[in-house]
Amino acid sequence: MPGQFPLEKIIDNFSGQVSTDPTVTDMPCVVVPPAVLVALCLFLRDDDAFKFNFMADICGVDFYPSLPRYQLVYHLYSIDLGWRLRIKCPLDDPPKAPTITHIWTTANWHEREAFDMFGIVFEGHPDLRRIYMWQEFEGWPMRRNYPLRGYKDKYNPFGEEKASSQKHTIGDIL
Amino acid sequence: MTDVNVISESNQEHGLSREVLMNLGPQHPSTHGVLRLLLQMDGEIVKRIEPHIGLLHRGTEKLCESFTYTQIFPLTDRLDYLCQPSNNLGYALAVEKLLDIQAPERAQYIRVLMAELSRISGHLLITGALPMDVGAMTSLLYTMRDREMVMDLMEMISGARMHTSYCRVGGVREDLPSGCVERIIEFCNIFENRIYDYERLLENNRVFLARVENVGNISGEDAIALGLSGPCLRASGIDWDIRRDAPYEIYDRLDFDVIVRTDGDCYDRWKCRVDEMRESLKMIRQCVAQMQPGPFLIDDPKIAFPVDKDLLAHSMETHIHHFKLAAEGFKVPKGEVYSAIEAPKGELGFYIISDGTEKPFRLKIRAPSFVNLQALTERTTNMKYLADVIAMIGSLDPVMKEVDK
Amino acid sequence: MGNLTDRYKDNVLFTTSENIMNWSRKSSLWPETFGIACCAIEMIAAGCARYDLDRFGVVFRASPRQSDVMIIAGTVTKKMAPIIRRLYDQMPEPRYVIAMGTCAISGGVYNTYSVVQGSDLFVPVDVNVAGCPPRPDALLHGIVLLQEKITKSRKQRKTDSLPQSPSMKEEV
Repeated sequence: MPGQFPLEKIIDNFSGQVSTDPTVTDMPCVVVPPAVLVALCLFLRDDDAFKFNFMADICGVDFYPSLPRYQLVYHLYSIDLGWRLRIKCPLDDPPKAPTITHIWTTANWHEREAFDMFGIVFEGHPDLRRIYMWQEFEGWPMRRNYPLRGYKDKYNPFGEEKASSQKHTIGDIL
Repeated sequence: MTDVNVISESNQEHGLSREVLMNLGPQHPSTHGVLRLLLQMDGEIVKRIEPHIGLLHRGTEKLCESFTYTQIFPLTDRLDYLCQPSNNLGYALAVEKLLDIQAPERAQYIRVLMAELSRISGHLLITGALPMDVGAMTSLLYTMRDREMVMDLMEMISGARMHTSYCRVGGVREDLPSGCVERIIEFCNIFENRIYDYERLLENNRVFLARVENVGNISGEDAIALGLSGPCLRASGIDWDIRRDAPYEIYDRLDFDVIVRTDGDCYDRWKCRVDEMRESLKMIRQCVAQMQPGPFLIDDPKIAFPVDKDLLAHSMETHIHHFKLAAEGFKVPKGEVYSAIEAPKGELGFYIISDGTEKPFRLKIRAPSFVNLQALTERTTNMKYLADVIAMIGSLDPVMKEVDK
Repeated sequence: MGNLTDRYKDNVLFTTSENIMNWSRKSSLWPETFGIACCAIEMIAAGCARYDLDRFGVVFRASPRQSDVMIIAGTVTKKMAPIIRRLYDQMPEPRYVIAMGTCAISGGVYNTYSVVQGSDLFVPVDVNVAGCPPRPDALLHGIVLLQEKITKSRKQRKTDSLPQSPSMKEEV
């Protein structure tokens, strides 16, 4: 692994828009608003100092009830240089983020997964549909206020009563 | 279903055509589980592929949020159900990184030993199943026969044939039983020759070669852009193996080759796995030779159960720790970690956000099969006919439980 | 049935039609090649060299229209359940169902928003094989149990009664 990770170069290039996260210790991490995300990703992929050609993972997080509620966490890897980088992108409610499928093809299914589980809308995604749940499914199962056992139906007698979903929609607005 | 409508509408846009919509799966034997494909076919030629997954989505990640860190081990077993110890290892490493501890040396050797055994068991199935999908039935009977030997070893070491749950945070559950090392060496000696058997059986089989050679080629650039990892990536000529490039546990002490092939077709992906089994055998032999007696579990009563069970009867303090650990689990300091290992299918990553309690706030599994399956598109070179799609699914080796989580 | 195992003197057998039907049914149970999850691997293992299900006349068939037994080998999700029900409906009668593994029996550890809590909520189950996953030996035992059940069955089943049939129909 060649030398120190040039984190300052990212900060300098996007002065004022990208910041570091001091709480993260296991790998370099930058926090970026959704407006700058695509520019940052393009820069990281194409700049010779980084060459982040491998996008490992997109993870949606729901910090309910604290704000900002949603966050996208991208993990990048540079096969040539052996660096890993984490990009955090906090999102408002309702969550919206730009797509990065045109930068890394692999982001396609990852973004569909985040959409399916958290309801994060990726603007510009070529085929944004539910990937795990069936198309008629209502709700975003991985959100903190969605019950683990889902709602009661004929396949799941242990689920919560549907009436309680009223409470959750109020929680959504708050 | 709504999805069907999407394709038929696009048909109308292009005017009249002879194209038909075909449904493959989810119960089709060659889809390796419950993968459903919608294929737009012009005769025998595949125009468009639309994979439908999620038929096995069980909400593992959501379930993890309500389980303590130790309780999650059995859930990781059930991700890639062909190679459970690798999944255990990946998860244990992530939690250990958060806790900032390291397993004792013997435990690391045992874990690597188990992970490599499981790599053999996982690759064995696909070594037999891909030829079976394309018509060579015999190979599966051979490989499943030999897989039973691995299952026996797993059962001897951990007590379970499949879902071992053998790792613990800070080590492994039990030491290797007596007589185990001899059995492992015996297995290595037998199995080494068996690999040649498979090669002799299939490498000169013209029907098998015609179905897999120069079918479904993925170039190196495409493979990286698609996020492929593991044998699927290395078959396309990209020399990247986490075991060598960012060694975890004791992989840096082992001497092994990373198998890289150039064509990136179905045959290369298959051959890559066959050769990797040979490397795994090499590693198992080295593990057995280098392993020294010693503790197999970390000596921290707050994290691991006491190794000496007699202490429970005599020491009140041990008893209290044991009770607290069993009832509540251990607290993990606040923070987050992403830890990736080279699982048999590719990069298996666990991203854990901890909020300082006994349960993870968020646990994301970067499942290699999920990403690898994205390569199943009509854009893949040399995948023209329906029969090629079957070979392609087999060579990508998706495990649907891992795809769907 | 004792007459069948005797020497075939003068080629005359005395048995009841029920017995001969049950005997022929139980001796050629053809399950569907339909694995869902981990249990499918143990199902394959049971069919391969060491455990060899063929000894019991159990031969895997790829089409539901040619099979008698459906082995539900794995977790059934809500997305999957209608499909399994449809496969079940395609099987010719008499048809039997083996729920293999804890997930298929009761949902097991996966008591979540997407998992069906037991296969008996959408198909009638004849034999439950416990385990996670059950060993191949356990599956063999389950098949032997099913054979015993068939031997003892006294009349041809005309219709399958479902636990919650009215709502189930429209789903399929």
